[in-house]
Amino acid sequence: MRIARRELLAGTAASVLALGCTSAAARMVAGNLPWKPDAGTPPPVSANPGVWVFFTPEEGAAVEALVDRLIPPDPQTPGGKDAGCAVFIDRQLAGPFGNSRALYMRPPFADGTPQQGPQSPLTPAMRYRQSLAALDKYCREAFAGKSFAQLSDAQKDDVIGRLEKGPIHLEGASATGFFEMLLRNTREGFFADPVYGGNRNMVGWKMIGFPGARYDYRDWVDKHNQRYPLPPVGISGRPEWGGA
Amino acid sequence: MSMRSTIAAALSLLVTSAACARAAPPVERAEIAHDHQSFEDIERGRYLATLADCTACHTEPGGKPYAGGRAIETPFGNLLAPNITPDIETGIGSWADDDFVNALQIGRSHGGTRLYPAMPYPYYTKMAREDILAIRAYLDALEPVYHPVHSNQLPFPFDIRASMIGWNWLFFTPGRFEPAAGKSDEWNRGAYLVQGPGHCGACHTEKNFLGGDKNSEALQGGTLQGWFSPNVTGNPRQGLGSWSVDDVVAYLKTGQNRIGAATGPMAEVISDSTSHLTDADLKAIAVYLKDQPSPPAPTTAMAADDPAMKAGQAIYKDQCAACHRDDGTGVPRIFPAMKGNPDVQSANPTTLIRVVLHGTQNVATPYAPTGAAMPSFFWKLTDMQVASVLTYVRNSWGNVAPAVSARDVSSGRAQQLSQGVP
Amino acid sequence: MTQKLPATDVVIIGLGWTGAILAEALTRAGLNVVAIERGPWRDTATDFPTTYAQDELRYHIRHDLFLRPAQETMTFRNNAGQTALPMRTWGSFMPPNGVGGGGVHWNAETWRFLPTDFQLRSHLTQRYGAKFLPADMTIQDWGVTYDDLEPYYDRFEYLCGTSGKAGNIKGVKQDGGNPYEGARSREYPTPPQTQPYGPSLFADAARSMGYKPFPQPSGNLSQAYTNWLGVTLAPCTYCGFCEWFGCGNYSKASPQTTLLPVLVRRPNFEARTECEVAQINLDRSRKRATGVTYVDIDGRSWEQPADLVLLCAFQLFNVHLLLHSGIGTPYDPQTGEGVIGRNYSYQVTSSVTAFFDDKNFNPFISSGAIGMCIDDYNGDNFDHGPLGFVGGGYMGGVQTNGRPILTTSTPKGTPNWGPAWKKAVKENYLSTYQFVTHGSCYSYRDAFLDLDPTYTDRLGRKLLRITFDFHDNELKMSRYITDRLADIVEKLEPRTMEKNPRTGPYNSTVYQTTHTCGGAIMGSDPKTSALNRYLQSWDVPNLFVTGATAFPQNAGYNPTNTVCALAFWAADAIVNQYLKSPGPLVQA
Repeated sequence: MRIARRELLAGTAASVLALGCTSAAARMVAGNLPWKPDAGTPPPVSANPGVWVFFTPEEGAAVEALVDRLIPPDPQTPGGKDAGCAVFIDRQLAGPFGNSRALYMRPPFADGTPQQGPQSPLTPAMRYRQSLAALDKYCREAFAGKSFAQLSDAQKDDVIGRLEKGPIHLEGASATGFFEMLLRNTREGFFADPVYGGNRNMVGWKMIGFPGARYDYRDWVDKHNQRYPLPPVGISGRPEWGGA
Repeated sequence: MSMRSTIAAALSLLVTSAACARAAPPVERAEIAHDHQSFEDIERGRYLATLADCTACHTEPGGKPYAGGRAIETPFGNLLAPNITPDIETGIGSWADDDFVNALQIGRSHGGTRLYPAMPYPYYTKMAREDILAIRAYLDALEPVYHPVHSNQLPFPFDIRASMIGWNWLFFTPGRFEPAAGKSDEWNRGAYLVQGPGHCGACHTEKNFLGGDKNSEALQGGTLQGWFSPNVTGNPRQGLGSWSVDDVVAYLKTGQNRIGAATGPMAEVISDSTSHLTDADLKAIAVYLKDQPSPPAPTTAMAADDPAMKAGQAIYKDQCAACHRDDGTGVPRIFPAMKGNPDVQSANPTTLIRVVLHGTQNVATPYAPTGAAMPSFFWKLTDMQVASVLTYVRNSWGNVAPAVSARDVSSGRAQQLSQGVP
Repeated sequence: MTQKLPATDVVIIGLGWTGAILAEALTRAGLNVVAIERGPWRDTATDFPTTYAQDELRYHIRHDLFLRPAQETMTFRNNAGQTALPMRTWGSFMPPNGVGGGGVHWNAETWRFLPTDFQLRSHLTQRYGAKFLPADMTIQDWGVTYDDLEPYYDRFEYLCGTSGKAGNIKGVKQDGGNPYEGARSREYPTPPQTQPYGPSLFADAARSMGYKPFPQPSGNLSQAYTNWLGVTLAPCTYCGFCEWFGCGNYSKASPQTTLLPVLVRRPNFEARTECEVAQINLDRSRKRATGVTYVDIDGRSWEQPADLVLLCAFQLFNVHLLLHSGIGTPYDPQTGEGVIGRNYSYQVTSSVTAFFDDKNFNPFISSGAIGMCIDDYNGDNFDHGPLGFVGGGYMGGVQTNGRPILTTSTPKGTPNWGPAWKKAVKENYLSTYQFVTHGSCYSYRDAFLDLDPTYTDRLGRKLLRITFDFHDNELKMSRYITDRLADIVEKLEPRTMEKNPRTGPYNSTVYQTTHTCGGAIMGSDPKTSALNRYLQSWDVPNLFVTGATAFPQNAGYNPTNTVCALAFWAADAIVNQYLKSPGPLVQA
């Protein structure tokens, strides 16, 4: 008779112990290293552009315009917009980064020294929302009704310069705080793995020569001062893998 | 379901042909009453029970030893392994010695009920009476456990045990092991172990559609619901031919050798059974298996510039080499080699597909406790990519094996999903 | 309502490096051991597989493997004149969580301390006179010597398969190793890793100046290795995703890759994960621990009685738990009395960034502990007399990665955005290298830990409060050794070079290291230490406390090798002395 025994998950023997009154809400490990097929938590499926998950269309347009000046396009490498930095930021704000649930957000909130770190009750999602609204208001007042995205490149650069160093007044929001956060997130978007929505087609990595999500350089460690020959690869692969 | 109705029809034919079946062979009777408390017999029985790996079916995970209840999945439905502790009511405590011998030698339970060959009596039939009684002595010395088990959970009409009459007529040849003339004692001991208590063919021999052994392909590998138990003949590419006797012994004893590590259902066999056998027995098994024939394997590798090979090479370099190395040699004791590995070159790529899609864990034994695991790729690689990388490893570094197609992979995925893997 | 569980022999709080080391030793001695871990089980192929471990955003930027501040954090202030505020997100250090603790995501730099580090006060006093030391510096001798610990350093290195080159075997100096190291009994278990370009250049430059550079001792293995428990590790592949990340191919020494496979198979060992110990329970005499109370995921409370309690959590949490359990006298910085919370110290790191035009460093080819170093400016290896400070650190070419979000350096003055930034990043990424110093941090009267008056954690316990700043001594030391490093880097003729010595005030938002130390230090005198030389609590003899909590001050090295050597040392004391005759092992 064809036999198919129940597969003993080699890792989970004895992982349920009868200890009488011990809580079932503890995970008890004994007997073998716990392991299951398909174990683990891979990163989310590649974020596809085209739909904003967090931003309103106006916010999205503003952020696209901002990232495209922070990292402008040039003939060799796309800028922040085509690299997907705004998509990246949008997806990040929609997730745990945006809601600060992993952080210590208990009151009381008080301003501290720069050495004591951020003390704001605002989450990144709230700050982007507030700051983009304040930025929009500023632009419309300073530029005859135009939104940031509608400004010329030179005007955009001027506004960004003011966000970075002043003078500028954003109502209800910190200009430098917003700038620092935006710049940080834009760079993250430009250089993070493409699964997160930015660094599309690995353009950021190609620009600098970073080979990406590789894991074995034994054949090149002693090739001092020689350019690494292989193209970058992301967590989702590269074109040479074929079979999409 | 239609496969099942075909089989159901076939089985009912078998039942009606029962009248034409041979009479069961005479049962050997004991001359002298057997002393169940003989220490040597109990010790010998413990060893033989380990050889026969009784616990693998008769002990439920987390349950008491040999108290039964474990579900044995068959293509025809589930059976629950019975309680074989000496409990009078729910175990085998009330059985006579001859009942126990019959169970193993002719597949008949206490009272004459026919066993399903999920209990591998077609192999255990080779066992000598005294060996079986030693196992009985051992089981008799265990803690009796009250645990009622209703074994037969098969759906109609498979639950008609009488259908075994016909099946036995077609596929079961009872009889004790007979040593082959002209072979060494060691070879014959290995033959006894493999053909009898070890029941290796239960997994490693392909079955026909009624579940009987394809004897002409003995030990050349068998599919086992999502796994392929490899060819364990002396085939140099697909079997144990390129392994020395010591390699085979190391594998069975520690779960590892210089090529690779045991995983999947074989992991339990190693940890429950073979890692506890004597070196002499393991050597005998190795000698016997390496002497078994199988047809020659293909000799022409796929060309390196084939598109599948080139794609596979890129995937391998990016995703596999960090453990298995660019040159396919792996790392002894932790990452199996690809180069020269019979599992990688197996005729049937089912295990390879499963391992790549879902990951797997090396067996951990006291000699080799690391228990390293391979991650799963089902979310990361498409069917075509899995096929490319497997084709690449099967045809590189001197390896030769048939290519793997995207269709193979997708049907592997589908089959595993239907089995509830994960 | 707290439900009481059946008693066990030993309860271990925290299943990181020291928890696993002690669990292995005590289960081997036949005791029943229960380890209670706040975080989840961590397994290589499950939690940091080669399929997605290479994710800078997830692990380095978003801190995926670390403790979530929402679960526990501390408050911080530079000095007692300020109000401490919560560390709402991590910055200067990254507290671990989960089975394996910091051993999962450390760099695996596996240094031994110097012999003089263990007798710091008496040595420095003897050499320079008591007045040479600042009046408010509270450094102490440890109560153990390097020679006491040498066999245990060896045991940890052979557990891990540490890759390195010995510099001193039984008193005989060895070419290619650290000429300043304390004598070791034998060579490292595996040879040094292959060095990439940057470290090799540093070594050349250092040699040309008469220094004797040597490879940094590395727990990223140069070759496959099977340790004395029979567990096998694989060779490191220089992936550049080391510190902050779990290792996907079993090539970084961690509890996962060296101990846990054997530990879980022992029938007398059990781990309970996702359970947080809320306090250590004492009997009425307050001199005996009766076990612990812990909280499971549902928030239900359980009491686990035990004969022996081992506090093996991360340094900050050890002190937190001691304070909340009322064990030992809390430190009062005004009077200088009390021991729990005193002698908190950290690490003083600095760097020299060199920008080249003609060099390709392939910075992404690296491992956590790769590097070529010199130790001439560490500890008291050089004459401090003319210099006016004490302490020092190792230095070298020790860049651990080239991950692009954070290592796209541009020279000072480059705009932070726009086309000039983009161009500078592109031009400098491959040809920039950061050389580092890793300096000591001594202890002071005004650097301490206590409980915050205002903020609480999710269990309602007051948060631990950190009061800490750099002192002039450390800043002076950092300036000096950074200059010495710059002298060497200059020999490589970079286009431009930037010296970044450590400056004050200590900034809790900028990552430096996770080498927080002290708070329940070891010593010879119960008035100035919480633990005796065997890490046994002076107050509660059936309680031992492991970790860098025991360090009276920090040396110019990464602490893990010393932390683990002390754990082995304590394990031996428990098995060979304490179990035979439970009670204080040292008469005060």
